[in-house]
Amino acid sequence: MPETNKKVLILSVNDEDKDIVFRPADTLLGVLRGKLGLTGAKPGCLNGDCGACTVLVDGIPMKSCIMLAIEAEGHKVTTIEGLINTKTQASFIKHFAFQCGYCTPGFIMVCHSLAEKQPHADKAVIKEWMQSNICRCTSYQEIEEAVASILAEE
Amino acid sequence: MNIIGKSVIRKEAPDKVTGKARYTDDFSSAGIYHARLVTSPFAHALIKSIDTREAEKVSGVRAILTGEGLPLTGEEITDRPPLAQGKVRHHGEAVCLVVAEKLDKAALAASLIKVDYEPLSAVNSPSQAYQAGAPLVHEHVEHYKRGQNVYPEPGTNIAHKTKIRKGDLSRGIGESAVFVEGRYSFGPSDHAAIETRSCTAEIRADGDVLITSSSQAPFMIKKLIGSYFDIEAGKIIVKTPLVGGAYGGKASVQWEFLAFIASRAVGGKRVKLRYMREEDILTAPCHIGLDATIRLGCTSEGILKSAEILYLFDGGAYADKSPDLCRAGAVDCTGPYHIEHIWCDSYCLYTNHPYPAPFRGFAHSEVLFAFERTMDLLAKKLGMDPLELRFKNAILPGHTTPTQVLVNKSNVGDVRGCIQRLKDIMEEEWEPNAGHDPRKVRAAGIACVWKNSTIDTNASSGVILTFNPDGSVNLMSGVVEIGTGTKTILAQMLAEKLRLPVEMIHVKMTVDTQTTPEHWKTVASRGTLMGGRAVMAAAEDAIRQIKEIASCALRVREEDLDIDSGRVFVKAEPEIGLSFKEVVYGYTYPNGNAIGGQIIGRGSYILRNMTNIDKETGAGRPGPEWAVGAQAVQVEFDTRDCTYRILKAISVVDIGRVLNERAARGQVMGAMSMGLSFAGRETFYFDEMGRVLNFQLRTYRPIRYGEQPKYVVEFVNTPHVEAPFGARGAGEHGLLGMPAALANALSIAAGVEMIHLPLIPELIWRTLQEGKR
Ligand code: FES
Ligand code: FES
Repeated sequence: MPETNKKVLILSVNDEDKDIVFRPADTLLGVLRGKLGLTGAKPGCLNGDCGACTVLVDGIPMKSCIMLAIEAEGHKVTTIEGLINTKTQASFIKHFAFQCGYCTPGFIMVCHSLAEKQPHADKAVIKEWMQSNICRCTSYQEIEEAVASILAEE
Repeated sequence: MNIIGKSVIRKEAPDKVTGKARYTDDFSSAGIYHARLVTSPFAHALIKSIDTREAEKVSGVRAILTGEGLPLTGEEITDRPPLAQGKVRHHGEAVCLVVAEKLDKAALAASLIKVDYEPLSAVNSPSQAYQAGAPLVHEHVEHYKRGQNVYPEPGTNIAHKTKIRKGDLSRGIGESAVFVEGRYSFGPSDHAAIETRSCTAEIRADGDVLITSSSQAPFMIKKLIGSYFDIEAGKIIVKTPLVGGAYGGKASVQWEFLAFIASRAVGGKRVKLRYMREEDILTAPCHIGLDATIRLGCTSEGILKSAEILYLFDGGAYADKSPDLCRAGAVDCTGPYHIEHIWCDSYCLYTNHPYPAPFRGFAHSEVLFAFERTMDLLAKKLGMDPLELRFKNAILPGHTTPTQVLVNKSNVGDVRGCIQRLKDIMEEEWEPNAGHDPRKVRAAGIACVWKNSTIDTNASSGVILTFNPDGSVNLMSGVVEIGTGTKTILAQMLAEKLRLPVEMIHVKMTVDTQTTPEHWKTVASRGTLMGGRAVMAAAEDAIRQIKEIASCALRVREEDLDIDSGRVFVKAEPEIGLSFKEVVYGYTYPNGNAIGGQIIGRGSYILRNMTNIDKETGAGRPGPEWAVGAQAVQVEFDTRDCTYRILKAISVVDIGRVLNERAARGQVMGAMSMGLSFAGRETFYFDEMGRVLNFQLRTYRPIRYGEQPKYVVEFVNTPHVEAPFGARGAGEHGLLGMPAALANALSIAAGVEMIHLPLIPELIWRTLQEGKR
């Protein structure tokens, strides 16, 4: 069987432009992890169900497992590795909002975006945003406290 | 020092919020090959033929494997081929394995393999499996190798049976005036750790086998690969980095065998196998299901006299750990009560369902669901407050457990203390009024819990400490960091013992079976006891060496020395002393002479006086201690559409001693969440052919953010004397009573006895309709 045609793509990830040789069928998650070594975004279901793969595309949370890499061309992609000393990260540590940590990059990305986009979000809005992800270790009460403390600071 | 009890931040926290924390699948290397599975779409079928011709044509495919010639595997009974041989016994069973240079090619090739099946009728529940004349899942159990204490019955689907015979049941019945009987059932479900199981394997030119796996049992992988594939244990090196959630599901060894044979098939090249979510749910082991019948008898005052119990565990297609789960469920077959006359038959049955791994609580939340529901039936019949009934019957020092272990203050926690505290909290927290909405009803349900571990009687744990030139310490333990924070807790223990700031303790997170001392398995909430005792022993060993060198250098007796804050000094004259820096790499005299050398502390711990339980009576000492608790769930139920909200969930756990306050709360709350999710939402839905209908997280739906109640957690502190600082295991107890407490609450609110899980509104509605008929 013939090799699929490879293409070259320029992706802006964490404020750096990257040249990437890729297959048109590659997902953004696959490229971030496999080609750029950015393993912070995690595979959990590859089906849009768990949120472990969440990154920001132009500041909006996206499940990178159900987005093709090519769709991200011309957009700014931010991964957990692109967040440095943010209050979201500090707050997750302070409130013990993770245990195994596997869901954590995804949750932090959602939370970070929420704080930027909707700093005055009420409970219903917070719930709507945070329901996109699954944490199997914590009780969510810890994550709720972490989110509340970030939004309260705004 | 006072580091014990403090909410020390877990050591790996900064890595976990920056994406730097690495899990098995995050390690890659150029040229690594990838493996993909072909799995069975049927629950029970003969394999007529496997056609791999199209798949072989895919470029980059290096090997295609089927089950022929592979050794059987399985911890309790070796009944499971790594890839199916002639027959599949559950939906999702691994049938073929494709190894290719690229993952997409492996996937393409796997999709082109044609397997021809002849479906057979499936055994779809343990009760069905138990009936005479049921189809046999394994035709010849007698041909399998098995563990010493496993008793399969040839010609049936019985993989194992545990009997508990305490006292004399007929006497107990004679002394009883009030009886109740309940029947319960729930199907298998899943751990659904967000990290799917993953493994890489490589065989070096010298024959060394290198495995990296997301596992709770790296030392077991080493042992089992060695024995099944006939490789010297020393040549197998297993690494486990951080694990992305486990909950018992990664204590079974399975995907590692596949990665190993994949590598073996391509000349030992490094191969990665990462389960897709669908495989993680179907192919990898799941959470056990149970059918239970319980008959309780008590005096008219409510004193329990007899318990007659039948547990039929859904052992699934292969035994692996299920005989052990069945045994653990029998060992603690009642709640934490004093009952003189107990008769329990606990069966592990082969079915055509995915087979179970351990699940947080190891069969305890399962049997407690049945038992604690029956306690509520009894309270209702007696017209007694459910808390009072449990308080009256609570197990106390001087009583004996179902396996006839004499209870003392140390080996069982304070049940009455927990109940008392729960009662107070319920009074404070309880909001009985549902407001003006006449459709809404509020109710609270309770449950008491206990758990001992049923692990190998000779399970052990080891620790090595090495010192750095700056006087700080490296802590190496075989405990896997699965999210419970145990390694940080061990660091706290060490800091306390060495009287060093906890920042001076460096913890090696990755387990490497070649350099890390063994910890049997990171299961059963025994990391703090076993790993902790090993830490204490290693610390004592290091302190002894420090004092030995210092006594020479300072010309004082060792007994006159003490340590604190990184110094060793003379007790009576603390200004005379040396810093650790001057001692831990050997002491050098001014003239250049030196003594000592790098200090290496070592410690190990093996469980003491454990016994196998007796085949006929169940008598024996299965584990070191029972931690206990009392729990409550408060619901608001909508009588019109049978939906409900969980308002509050309360746990009072006798934890012995709190080692890290926030971490302990986190463990209990996380376990409660998992218990409520299991009780209220999670199950596999099977069709009549035994196929699972919901094998994705879209249709298998755990609790999500915003669906959680308010969690209240409190601790009682009755020390377990043998444990470091008296601490009891706490990773599981939050879960144990949640199914029973939720079911008890909803039974009261809906006015009908709920006997199945999960407690979805449709089930409540159906149960109400049946009641009306
Ligand atoms: S991996 Fe993308 S949503 Fe689960
Ligand atoms: S911390 Fe483990 S899944 Fe969220």
